[in-house]
Amino acid sequence: MDQLLDNFSLDLFVKQTILFLVLIFLLVKFAWKPILNALNDREEGIKDALDSAEKAKLEMENLQADNNKLLKEARAEREAMLKEARDLKNKMIEDAKGEAQAEAAKLVAQAQASIESEKKAAIADLKSQVANLSIDIAEKVVQGELSNKGKQEKLVESLLGDATLN
Amino acid sequence: MKVLSKAITSISLILFISLSAFATGDKKESQSTHGDPVNTPEEINEYIQHHVRDSHDFHMFSYFSDGEEHHVGFPLPVILWGENGLSAFMSSAFHHDDNGKEVVEKGDSKFVKLHGKIYELNAGATEVNFDEHHHPVNASTPFDLSITKSVFGILLIGLLMLLWFGGLAKQYKTKKVPTGFGRVLEPLVLYVRDEIAKPNIGPKYRKFTGYLMTVFFFIWILNLMGLTPFGFNVTGQLAVTAALALITLVVYLFSSNGHFWSHQLWMPGVPYFLRPLLAIIELAGTLIIKPFSLMVRLFANITAGHIVVMSLIAIGITMQEQMTAVGSTLLSFVLSLFITLIEVLVAFLQAYIFTMLSALFIGMAVEEPEHH
Repeated sequence: MDQLLDNFSLDLFVKQTILFLVLIFLLVKFAWKPILNALNDREEGIKDALDSAEKAKLEMENLQADNNKLLKEARAEREAMLKEARDLKNKMIEDAKGEAQAEAAKLVAQAQASIESEKKAAIADLKSQVANLSIDIAEKVVQGELSNKGKQEKLVESLLGDATLN
Repeated sequence: MKVLSKAITSISLILFISLSAFATGDKKESQSTHGDPVNTPEEINEYIQHHVRDSHDFHMFSYFSDGEEHHVGFPLPVILWGENGLSAFMSSAFHHDDNGKEVVEKGDSKFVKLHGKIYELNAGATEVNFDEHHHPVNASTPFDLSITKSVFGILLIGLLMLLWFGGLAKQYKTKKVPTGFGRVLEPLVLYVRDEIAKPNIGPKYRKFTGYLMTVFFFIWILNLMGLTPFGFNVTGQLAVTAALALITLVVYLFSSNGHFWSHQLWMPGVPYFLRPLLAIIELAGTLIIKPFSLMVRLFANITAGHIVVMSLIAIGITMQEQMTAVGSTLLSFVLSLFITLIEVLVAFLQAYIFTMLSALFIGMAVEEPEHH
């Protein structure tokens, strides 16, 4: 213990304390503060960069999802439009067909009606012609028959015969 | 680390060669002449004691030639605040005298150096007189502001740290990642911050990191310097470790909060009659035991390391009679190499432990109460 105390030099203690305090002050001011700040800044920079990279990745994913959605929507829309067009076309064809059919039917009906009426007219004409012809014939026949007395009597007799049969 | 230990190995090799060279040189002459610096176990012991202490000049080694002692080293400035004010001269003025024989006159003051300490002779005295315990009776001790070997080491390491870490700080101004030597320093800075400051102090670590960094690198570099043959033993000076421990004490006392003191003085969750007793124990721990343990641990580890390394090197001299010169040299080489490698580890470990414990004590003082 005596030797320990003998080893202890108060002068050196004072010198060491002062020098060391000055050293701490100088190092903190010129070394540790800028070094630690720079290290902190760097670490924060790295952290920020990593964070933003992560964010960018997420954004990319979102964007891609959006793109896919848009693409899907566009495809669906196209599909829908195509379907509509097809439907429209079909409907138009159907409509046209129906209309044509109706028109045709109408035409046919008209034709039939006109044929009917023509037929009727023709028949009526025929009838009147036949009637005239038969009257003419009958006139001629009657003229011919009535020119002969015997024959007139015969006819009357046959006609009377027929009448009794009825 | 590998490169470092390689450097240390080569340095210890140089140290060993220089010492053993002078051991064999001694052997030839010691048979005939006396007065060699280090030869007998007592002289070796004294040499080691001398090395472990602070000194006023930078002495690396001595050698004998032509029957004269030559010292290799350089003098350091001596600055004294004595009875007649400030006086300054180079330590070479004492001519390596350590027994109070060489009197240096500066103005009205006369100084002598005795066992590493400088005394100012009382007015009128021309030489130092001793009492029976070999203490000077007619001299006073001036306040010694000298750049001693330890102060020289502190200044050197301080400048080195300012240069290195200031350079690193400057690098960050222009680039994000340092280049060159800064690339070596950056992981060390990060290590202290992430492994010592953050886990032990908690969220308030930032305020104390500067102090912890300074302490860590100061102790570590000085510990490593102590392993070189330049003879630094700064962290093995009780005064230096005491100053470091005292600063840690001041730091954690001044940053302590109410929560810390309430636990110190009136420990909750303990029977009431035990609380005053616990308060005494806790206070003794905080104010005396913690800084004392910091101070003694570093001092004792580093001093012990120096003594062991030098004792093992001394085997090359002391065991020559039993083992022949080659055998003792080989043994001392192997053992001192081994211990020097361990000392490299100890150098780091002690810096780490001192810083870690400082951080732990600060962490205890600033800890916020947990919310339940």
